[in-house]
Amino acid sequence: MARVVIFGSLRAFTDGVERMEISASNTRELLKKLSERHPALAEVIEAGVSLAIDGEVYKDAWFTPIGSNSEVVVMPLMVGG
Amino acid sequence: MSKIHVNSTINGDTVEFLCEADETLLDVLRDRLNLTGAKEGCGTGDCGACSVTINGRLVASCLVLGAEAEGSEIETVEGIGAPDALHPLQRQLLEHAALQCGICTPGIIVAAKALLVQNPDPSEEDVRYWLAGNLCRCTGYDKIIRAVLAAAAEMRGENP
Amino acid sequence: MKQDFKILGTRPIRPDGLEKVTGKAMFGADKSATGMLHARILRSPHAHAEIVSIDTSKAEALAGVKAVITGADFDEVENRWTRYTMQNCMAQGRALYDGHAVAAVAATSKKIAAEALKLIEVEYKTLPHVTDVDEAMRPGAPLVHEGVKGRKLGDDVSGNTVGYYSFGHGDIEAGFTKADKVIERNFKTAATHQGYIEPQACLADLGADGRGELWCSTQGHYMVREVCSEILGIDASQLRVTASEIGGGFGGKTTVFIEPVALKLSQKSGKPVKLVMSREEVFRATGPTMSASMDVKIGMDKNGKITAGHAKLRYQGGAFPYNMVMMGAMSAFACYDLENVQSEGWDVMTNRPKMISYRAPGAPMATYGVESVIDELCQKLGLDPIEVRLKNAAREGSKSSYGPTYKAIGLVEALEAAKAHPHYAAPLPANTGRGVACGFWFNFGGQVSVSMAINTDGTVNLIEGNPDIGGSRASISMMAAEALGIPFERVRTIVGDTASVGFSDVTDGSRVTFAVGIATINAAKAAIKELCKRAAMIWEIDAEAVEWVDGAAQPTGHNAGNFPPMSLAEIAATSGKTGGPIAGHHEGAPDKAGVSFGVHLVDVEVDPETGFTSIKRYTAFQDVGKAIHPAYVEGQIQGGAVQGIGWALSEEYIYGEDGRLQNPGFLDYRIPVASDLPMIDAVIIEVPNPGHPYGVRGCGETAIVPPLAAISNGVAQAIGKRLFELPMSPPKILKAL
Repeated sequence: MARVVIFGSLRAFTDGVERMEISASNTRELLKKLSERHPALAEVIEAGVSLAIDGEVYKDAWFTPIGSNSEVVVMPLMVGG
Repeated sequence: MSKIHVNSTINGDTVEFLCEADETLLDVLRDRLNLTGAKEGCGTGDCGACSVTINGRLVASCLVLGAEAEGSEIETVEGIGAPDALHPLQRQLLEHAALQCGICTPGIIVAAKALLVQNPDPSEEDVRYWLAGNLCRCTGYDKIIRAVLAAAAEMRGENP
Repeated sequence: MKQDFKILGTRPIRPDGLEKVTGKAMFGADKSATGMLHARILRSPHAHAEIVSIDTSKAEALAGVKAVITGADFDEVENRWTRYTMQNCMAQGRALYDGHAVAAVAATSKKIAAEALKLIEVEYKTLPHVTDVDEAMRPGAPLVHEGVKGRKLGDDVSGNTVGYYSFGHGDIEAGFTKADKVIERNFKTAATHQGYIEPQACLADLGADGRGELWCSTQGHYMVREVCSEILGIDASQLRVTASEIGGGFGGKTTVFIEPVALKLSQKSGKPVKLVMSREEVFRATGPTMSASMDVKIGMDKNGKITAGHAKLRYQGGAFPYNMVMMGAMSAFACYDLENVQSEGWDVMTNRPKMISYRAPGAPMATYGVESVIDELCQKLGLDPIEVRLKNAAREGSKSSYGPTYKAIGLVEALEAAKAHPHYAAPLPANTGRGVACGFWFNFGGQVSVSMAINTDGTVNLIEGNPDIGGSRASISMMAAEALGIPFERVRTIVGDTASVGFSDVTDGSRVTFAVGIATINAAKAAIKELCKRAAMIWEIDAEAVEWVDGAAQPTGHNAGNFPPMSLAEIAATSGKTGGPIAGHHEGAPDKAGVSFGVHLVDVEVDPETGFTSIKRYTAFQDVGKAIHPAYVEGQIQGGAVQGIGWALSEEYIYGEDGRLQNPGFLDYRIPVASDLPMIDAVIIEVPNPGHPYGVRGCGETAIVPPLAAISNGVAQAIGKRLFELPMSPPKILKAL
């Protein structure tokens, strides 16, 4: 089970829940399960989020593998400069 | 309104052109003569990207009328350096990586060349004040100043 | 992962150099077409007004005018963000800021186009406007748009507030109680402009058959294609966009301002249309960065440990919804390993031009606030500013204030280098102060596509899809040569148009050397695999028994066969007989662009008579992972530092009560000139990024982050008083004195 951390202002869409465990093998699966568990977050996820998996930041990628003991931080989508 | 007929010498070649009375030399060079080396960065004489020389005098060509070129000798960046041998300023700018985007580079080359004609041995401060009218947003000027000083030394025959 | 490189780390002449020193390089405004028209744009003189009517009939009747368009010529765009972009290019219904485009003309000459603008009659009904971020956020403020207020925002903020972000961890209140000293300050920074010397320019040709060619100055021609084809309702495949040489961007050319207008005028007139902005238009109508109002509160114990940090950032981003304060909130405390930290940000609309990225967007202002308060705490507690930063510095394994845990990073190395540098120990004359500040930027990866062809003479052509904004053809050619094991001069890198190579993200986020580099290395690997296969065929041994060493195929050992190495050129020479052309390509979306940190040291002298601040000495330290072409890396650091100097001391958007921009020119919007500055010493630190084969991090943006605070901290020391507002122009300094 990956340890998922909902970061900062995104918690407003999870009724304040900050930490949860989700079983998922890749980012798409994790985001899908997260959307089902917290429907308010679905629209935000649809618009785009960034993920930090064990410290590495990933943008907009579906098939990034997630280890069974990974920490996944869900953040707002990072935009460019 | 009838156009004005102008005879001038540009980069050593005799050039004739017709221009409007209120047309800038920069527009003449770029739009009528296809010499697009001089750039328009502001149109108000603040940025130096359009620098050319008229009879050896450094000017912002956006502030000069095309009609004023009558009987004059004009030099633009296209006239600097030979096909097989760049001018020391051009070469030193490249060797110092003194350009990033390169839009200010033609103006810098024209302006620095005009400086070295009248002062072959400028100090860093001389170069900085002379080039204060040539804006560069990429480099922070450091490498440009070093390149101009290196070109000056080379032209004086000093070893780098 | 110490690696030995043959080419990386050297300083060859850039491959596009000759064109750029001889005036041959073609920038946005340098291209013309047969039968071309010249376009001009009419702009609103009002900060906020309803466009009651536009009468274009007199303009259309003028001899030489071939097309006139207004917002009514553009169809509804479904995607909300693209719609904002389109409505920023041409107002529909309301003019939202001084300089907002309301109509455009294409005519046979520049002069006729200018005449025609005067004949367009626009009836405006002025509306209340707001240009200050704090006023715009206050309930009851004039609304720039209805119905776009950020979700989950309360009645304490106005409907101009379009987004709220919060980051952090721990318990900040508990952290503040542990502090020996807590300081809270309010800061303001002015909006600044990227100030690229080349105004936006394009040449558009769009036929009635929906096929088009577009030449433009941009940081991302694929982005231009996507946005323009969506706005004009044409197929992306039918619009070929070619990026001209780009005369500076710094984030300001990561969107479109004129291209849809030129395409529409071309479509309507049936002729190629050239549209070039004036400098005044660039200032009034292209995106500056955000202005900011910020509260920063930091607690520190007497040993210099930061016990808690809290930043509230209110950014003003102009006349359309946007989301950029987030990057400020994420980067505010990113330099430090903190137990208790929170950063919050609000994106706010005003009647100003729509903001767009400017080098490390959002980070410099937030960092200015945080690094100023840390400096003040150091002063009050009698602590050395570098020691305090070392004590709190983020390092490998630190949990960042924005979420992820850092891999190998180089902030400590940069701070140690600053501490040991002669600059830090040099004596300070009277009226002079020495400022220190740190800065951080994320760096991005993103979508990339590279195609590499091995020619029969042993040379290599490489096509990639990112405009070269500061020497990337050189760094990409170097990486290709390194990967293939051939001389740099044998590689030619071309920036392809949108029809020649796959999609590539905008040149932003300091991503090109990182992302295009990875694609280049992978394309080279693919080519090497084929080269080895051909050698194996010639030698009549297994492909697995061939390896690539120093630019040549060789048997993996004596068992594999006894053949002398066969060079890339030798294999390529016979490629026509061994199976046809040899090429490699790679498409991908690499992540793991390593974050980058910088430390800046600056000596400033303040003239007590005039209040003028001059920069006496400047040294910038930055971890870039691996400097591919160190001279261009130094150039990025120097250029970023000097843009920061302008932001700190002289650059600002000045609005009058009427909501009009008062300084839309380089005379009054003053960017640093050569005589304002000393040499900028750039010290490259190389802590390799584990996410790149050669260790590359981005390097373009970080250097604009520390200067605002470094200079403010220096001024505070020089005059014994601290300013809390940028720019620190002479009148403000005199007032403080």
